[in-house]
Amino acid sequence: MAEVVLNGVSKAFGATKAVVDMDLTIPDGAFVVLLGPTGAGKTTTLRLIAGLEKSDSGTISIAGDAVDTLTPAQRDVAMVFQQYSLYPHMTVRENLAFPLRSPYLKTPEDEIARKVLNVAEVLHIPHKLDNKATELSGGEMQRVSIGRALVRDPAIYLMDEPLSSLDAKLRADLRVELKRIHAELAATLLYVTHDQIEAMTMATHVGVLDEGNLVQFGTPRDIYENPLTTYVAARLGQPRINLLPADLLESAPPPGALTMGLRPENIRHGAGREANVVRVEHLGDQTRLHLKVADHDVITLTDPHTDLSVGATIQIAPLNPLFFDAQGARIG
Amino acid sequence: MSSHSITESSSRAKWIAGSLVILYALITMLPLVWIVMTGFKSPADAISYPPKVVYEPTLEGYVNLFTTRTRQTEDYLLANPPENWADEIVRQYDMVIVGPSKFGERFMNSVIIGFGSTFLSIFLGTLAAYAFSRFRIPFADDLLFFILSTRMMPPIAVAIPIFLMYRSLGLSDTHLGMILLYTAVNISLAVWLLKGFIDEIPREYEEAALIDGYTRFQAFYKVVLPQAATGIASTAIFCLIFAWNEYAFAVLLTSATAQTAPPFIPTIIGVGGLDWPAVAAGATIFLLPVMIFTIVLRKHLLRGITFGAVRK
Ligand SMILES: Nc1ncnc2c1ncn2[C@@H]1O[C@H](COP(=O)(O)OP(=O)(O)O)[C@@H](O)[C@H]1O
Ligand SMILES: [Mg+2]
Repeated sequence: MAEVVLNGVSKAFGATKAVVDMDLTIPDGAFVVLLGPTGAGKTTTLRLIAGLEKSDSGTISIAGDAVDTLTPAQRDVAMVFQQYSLYPHMTVRENLAFPLRSPYLKTPEDEIARKVLNVAEVLHIPHKLDNKATELSGGEMQRVSIGRALVRDPAIYLMDEPLSSLDAKLRADLRVELKRIHAELAATLLYVTHDQIEAMTMATHVGVLDEGNLVQFGTPRDIYENPLTTYVAARLGQPRINLLPADLLESAPPPGALTMGLRPENIRHGAGREANVVRVEHLGDQTRLHLKVADHDVITLTDPHTDLSVGATIQIAPLNPLFFDAQGARIG
Repeated sequence: MSSHSITESSSRAKWIAGSLVILYALITMLPLVWIVMTGFKSPADAISYPPKVVYEPTLEGYVNLFTTRTRQTEDYLLANPPENWADEIVRQYDMVIVGPSKFGERFMNSVIIGFGSTFLSIFLGTLAAYAFSRFRIPFADDLLFFILSTRMMPPIAVAIPIFLMYRSLGLSDTHLGMILLYTAVNISLAVWLLKGFIDEIPREYEEAALIDGYTRFQAFYKVVLPQAATGIASTAIFCLIFAWNEYAFAVLLTSATAQTAPPFIPTIIGVGGLDWPAVAAGATIFLLPVMIFTIVLRKHLLRGITFGAVRK
């Protein structure tokens, strides 16, 4: 396991700037999640680190050594692809053993058998080892692809939305599993996703990508509580942060503030400005109130067993509001 | 409750479709069956009118195909009784077997040239198709068009330049010359078909292998080739059928050494009158290798012909 550093890395495909001047340090043993919507440059970032794409400028180093001229094999990275990564003409066992048999690793057969079984047990697929890769369900296939990375002990694991094609239950299980594996192996992971829950639950560090730019990098809590832009603020949190005119709920916003960001849980009830309840969503563990304040939509949380119903009026006041200027940058 | 599904055809439709297929098969098989039957007839039965469907089978055709015979005097025949069943068959005509015919040799030439050129076409075609499919090659489209353009007129249209060229290069009537010629004709087909198949294989497989510690060539060999097996098999069958059956160039460019079976088989007829059973026997044996090759690869062929559309 090793530290991976990107220094001013850029990559364009024709006119499309997939990755723009990215500086990123993935500390040894960290679980870094890059979060961004489709097309933000997540896959390209992973492919650059793996050596499948050549950067236009900048340097990438793994464990202190520049790897820009090395082949993918020489970089000693393992990658889980977004799709298609199992070899369809091989069994699950052969798929898992494939990286270990490479001329690069040349693992002895008894060690291969041991490692394959070990990984299969971690991923709950030992009974599927002799199936053809094409005879698996989607969830099993994705677990085998993750397994094909886990049998190795590379400098870094690169994972490209490995859970995005799975159903909710399996996704939740594997999130826990990956987190456990990270802790057990003391592995360095770079995991990209568009799913904020994956970012919040697994990451030691989160990077937020916007059209190829790394706009913020920090701990999940830091990113959640101190977003540097409205873009970052809007990427994390469920329900989403309320972005309102700066003076809607606050009589004296900081000078230059245009927008106030207010997390749903940071709204005090019972005092302040009047708001109309337009919708009540009972989710069981929480209840969401959709409010209207002078034509602006506001979402807030309330007691699961609330008596409030549509048409009621409540008073709301902000708690720890975040202010942003006209460009969406944070000012207080 | 019963309902008609559009995917599950009714038993009546199946019955009609089945009958049509069988009828079609019977019609197309008829000439083939007739050739095989004629191979086991006597020359008299072979030309009798009306044609005989029931007859006493004999191996005369096969004996005549594989041997050369000569007429002998009565004294000689009496002094030398027949040594085996083949001798006995030719004695009916007061003949004796004096040696093997050229058929075995010609057949082997066909095998060497047919399979040799198929192997070479597939080998070069796969490498070229992979390169066209995966790498940025300057003028790739123009090159592909050029490769295809070699098939825009019938190959025999360039027979005379090739004839002259082969003569001055010393390739006339050589195995190598015929292998190169058939490879040159087949390679455009091979490159185009195989490129289609390789394009269908997602690059992620090779990229995964590259990251897993393999070189580009190993990734090609271990990951791409097995998945292209279907396409390779069906392309190989097309190449073999062309090379195996090719007649015009074989007549023009081969004679004593490298002559293949197609130009040889018709000459059998001239050896001793109209020997149709021997010709039919030759045609039957000639059909076997392509049939066996196709049967061996048929699992791949059926899936391959659909050009990857049903591959999963
Ligand atoms: N091989 C390529 N050729 C052209 N454009 C590409 C290629 N790969 C990615 N892109 C473009 O680069 C941008 C970033 O893509 P990608 O890294 O795949 O995003 P993500 O994985 O975050 O969805 C997108 O606009 C995409 O269309
Ligand atoms: Mg992607």
